[in-house]
Amino acid sequence: MQSQNFVLKFQKELCETCPTYDCLTRCQYLNIDTKTAEREIRKLLNGEDSFVLHECVTCYACEEYCKRGNHPFYLITDLQEKKGILPAPKPIVKQWVNLGIPDKKDIPHFYGAEEPVISLCLFPDFVDSISGKLFQGVSIVLGRHFFCNLVYLHFGKPSLIRERLPKIIENIASHGFKEVVFFHDECYSTFTSYADAYDIKVPFRPVHLFEYLYNRLKELKDEIKPLNVRIAYQRNCSTRLTPEKEHYLDKIFELLGVERVERKYDRENALCCGGIIRALQKLELFVEVQKKNVEDMKKAKAEYCVFNCPACYSSLAERVRKEGIKPIMLHQLCKLALREEPR
Amino acid sequence: MDKIYKALAEIVGEEFVSNRKEELYIYSRDSGLSEPRFPDYVVMPRTVEEVQKIIQLANKEKIHVVPAGASLSLSGLTIPQKGGIVIDMRRMDRILELNRKGRYVVLEAGVTQGKLQAFLEENAPDLCHSLPEAPPSATVVGNLVIHGQGNLTQAYGFNSSMISGLEVVLPNGEICRIGSCSLSPYWFSIEPLPYLAGLFLGWFGTTGVITKVGLRLYPKKKLRDVELFVLEDPKLVSEVIYRVTHTEMAEDITTVAQPYPLMFQGTIMIGIYLTGDTEEELEFKRRLIWSSLSELIKAKEGGFMALTPDMKVGFLEKPMSSLTRSADILKGGGFVYCGAIIPIEKFPEALKKLFEIAERNGVTFAHTGRVIGRGHCMMFAFAYPFNRADLERMEKAKRALFDSYVATLEIGGVPWKPGAEEQKLILERMDKNSVELIKRIRELLDPNKIMNPGNWEVEL
Ligand SMILES: Cc1cc2nc3c(=O)[nH]c(=O)nc-3n(C[C@H](O)[C@H](O)[C@H](O)COP(=O)(O)OP(=O)(O)OC[C@H]3O[C@@H](n4cnc5c(N)ncnc54)[C@H](O)[C@@H]3O)c2cc1C
Ligand code: SF4
Repeated sequence: MQSQNFVLKFQKELCETCPTYDCLTRCQYLNIDTKTAEREIRKLLNGEDSFVLHECVTCYACEEYCKRGNHPFYLITDLQEKKGILPAPKPIVKQWVNLGIPDKKDIPHFYGAEEPVISLCLFPDFVDSISGKLFQGVSIVLGRHFFCNLVYLHFGKPSLIRERLPKIIENIASHGFKEVVFFHDECYSTFTSYADAYDIKVPFRPVHLFEYLYNRLKELKDEIKPLNVRIAYQRNCSTRLTPEKEHYLDKIFELLGVERVERKYDRENALCCGGIIRALQKLELFVEVQKKNVEDMKKAKAEYCVFNCPACYSSLAERVRKEGIKPIMLHQLCKLALREEPR
Repeated sequence: MDKIYKALAEIVGEEFVSNRKEELYIYSRDSGLSEPRFPDYVVMPRTVEEVQKIIQLANKEKIHVVPAGASLSLSGLTIPQKGGIVIDMRRMDRILELNRKGRYVVLEAGVTQGKLQAFLEENAPDLCHSLPEAPPSATVVGNLVIHGQGNLTQAYGFNSSMISGLEVVLPNGEICRIGSCSLSPYWFSIEPLPYLAGLFLGWFGTTGVITKVGLRLYPKKKLRDVELFVLEDPKLVSEVIYRVTHTEMAEDITTVAQPYPLMFQGTIMIGIYLTGDTEEELEFKRRLIWSSLSELIKAKEGGFMALTPDMKVGFLEKPMSSLTRSADILKGGGFVYCGAIIPIEKFPEALKKLFEIAERNGVTFAHTGRVIGRGHCMMFAFAYPFNRADLERMEKAKRALFDSYVATLEIGGVPWKPGAEEQKLILERMDKNSVELIKRIRELLDPNKIMNPGNWEVEL
C-alpha cells in the first residue's frame, strides 16, 4: 500500500477560528507570541514555508497543547517532508531509516505467542525484565517486523511510517491477537493517535503498558510493599500524542506508595529528555534543557527519576545519576515494589 | 641428541627450548592467512645475555633466527620463512623502571600491552601509553617494531616515535644501546644523537633482537568520552579530520565503515575521543569539536550520532574487545586486514577500492581506520573476516587481501606490516637506491644472513 493513500485528518477551520494558538504559543523551545503564532499558523495552513518548520525540535508537545483536537505536529512533519526540510543531517536520517529495515535475522512470526502479549519494539535488552509476577504468562514479540516506525516524525520522513505501517500491522495481526500491550509508548501512540489521524485501520486493541501495569498491580495489591520514595517522572515525546492514558500513572504511583514530586517541568509542562534535540545537532539547547530538567528534579528532592521510554532513559539516565538521583524504568519500579529483581 | 638443541638447552634451560612437533606447530602459523612453515626450534630466553648467546650460536651454526612476540601481526611476520630458531621473547617480561616525572618506562621486550596497561593503572594512574586495539597479549615491542598505532597516535604520531631508548642484540651478537641510555643511566630520549633507532624499527627483526625499550608515557585524564560524527560522502572525511585535528582537542580519531549492522550501511563514522580531568574540561573540548564541524552540520552533510550508554561502553573500552567480536562476524575465528598508511585525502579512493575488491572477490568486509599525527596520514584497514572451516571463503579473503595491498600502492599509499609476499611488491616499486641501501645495511649488520630471512629480502 502506498503512503499517499493516507491523508491527515486536519480541520483547517479549527485553526482559523482558534482563540489561543496554544500549539505554538506554549512551545517551550520556540519563543512565539500570539501574533507571530497566528501569522505562522496561517502559513502552515496554506502550505507555505515557516520558520517553525526549520526550528521545531520535534518534541511532539503541540499535539497535546491543542485542545481543539487538531494535529499541528503531524501537519508540521508532513510539511517538512513535502518541502524537503530535514530536521537532522542526512547521514543521521539515513542511519535511522536503515534501522527500521527488517534484517534476515529478524523473526517475522512468533509461533506459539499467546495473549496476554507484549510487544517490545526494538528493545531486546528488556526481554529479561519482562518476568516475575508482574508479567506472569506474558508472551513477547519484538523486532523490526513489529517496529512502529514513529521515530521518523523526528526526521522529516513521516511518509515512511505510513509506507511501513500497514505491513507492521499485518505482521502483528497475523498472530490473531485481539489485544497487544505496547511496552514502548511510541508504539502505542502509533497504533492509536497516528493511525487514527491518517485513517489507518488497526484490527487489534492497542493496550498501553500503563494500563497493563495498573490492572496487574491491582491484582497483586496485597503483595505490594510501598516504596515510600519521592520520584520525578520523565515524560517522553509520544505521550503527547495520547495524553488520555496518563491518568493511569498517578494511580500506579499511588499503588506503589511513591510520591510524584511537584515540579515545574512535569505533566503538560514536561521537558524533552534531550535525546532528540542532540540528534538534531542542537548541542547548546540539549545541555540547557537537560540542566533545567535535572535541576528541577533536584530542587523537588526527587530520589528516583522514573522513565517510561527506553530512549529517554538512554539519553538522561547518566545525567540524573551524576546528580545523585536514581534512574529507573517504570516497570522496574513496579518490580521493586513487589520486591522482585528489577533486572 | 641434536647438537643445536643441546646448545640451546644449555643457554636457557631445558624447559625453555623445544623441537617437539606439537610445540613447533604453534610457531609455524599465526592467525592470519600466511602459509604455515615450521621452525626447527623454539626458545624462550630470560635475559639479554641468553639472547646474545643464542645469536652467537646461530652465527656459529649458520642457522636462521626469528624474534617473536605474540605473533599477532596477522601477516605472518614471525612465521619462519626458512626454518631456524624462533626466539619467543615473552619470558623477558619485566618492567624495569618507571620514571614518573620524566614520563617514561623501561621494559623488557616480552612485556605485553596488557601487563603494561595494568602496571600503569596500579602504579601511575595519571599516565598511559599509546595502546593499540590488539589483544592484551600482544607485546609492546612487537608493536613498536611494526610501527603500530594506538589511542595516542593522533596526538603524538606512530607508536614507534614514542621510543626513548633501546637495547638491541645485533645480528653479530653484540649488545648495543641506543639513545641517552647509551651514555647515561637515564632512558629519556633517543634524540639528539644520530638516529640509530631507525635501524631496528620497521625491519621486522631482520637487523637485531630488541631486548629493552624505553617508552614515553603521556598524561592520562580521569574522564574519557567519544563522539561519532557520521557522514555519507567519503570525500568529506579528510575535511572533518582536518577541522577536528585543528582544534587539538581530540585524543584519538578513528574511522569506521561497514555494511553490518544494517543501521550503519552507507555511512562513515568518525570516532572522536575526548578526555578531561573534569566535566568542564570535557565539555569545553566537546564544544570546540562540535563547533569546528558546524558548517557541515548546517549543510546537513554530517552530524553527531546519539550513542546509547551500551554503545559508549563498547567504544570506550581499551582495547576495544568489540573489534575482535566484529572481526569474528562470520564465526570460525578468521580475520585479516591490510593496513594501508595513506594520506587522509585518499580516503574516498581507498573506500571505493575496498567496495570494489569485496564485490569482485565475493567477501564480507569492514573498514576501520585511525588518524596518525594531526592528520599527517592515516591507517586505512581493508579488513576481511572469514571462517576457518570454509576453505573457499579463506581463499577468497586471501585474494581480497592481496588485491588490497596492490590497491594501496596504486593510490599512493604504503602497506603497513606487509607479509613476505607483499614486501616484494613494495620493494619492486621502491626507488632502486633505497632498495640498495636496505640491502647494504642488512649485509653490513648481518653478514651471515641469519636474521628472519624472507623479510625485506632484496634479490637484485
Ligand atoms: C584484533 C586485532 C587488532 C589489532 N589492532 C591493532 C592496532 O590498533 N594497532 C596496531 O598497531 N596493531 C594492531 N594489531 C596488530 C598487532 O597485533 C599488534 O601491532 C601487536 O602489538 C603486535 O605485537 P606482537 O607481539 O604480536 O608482535 P609479533 O607479531 O610477534 O611481531 C611483530 C614483528 O616484530 C618482530 N619482533 C618481535 N619482537 C621483536 C624483538 N624483540 N626484536 C626484534 N624484532 C621483534 C617480529 O619478528 C615481527 O616481525 C591488531 C591485531 C589484532 C589481531
Ligand atoms: S492546532 Fe490547535 S492550538 Fe494550534 S492553531 Fe490549530 S486549533 Fe489552535
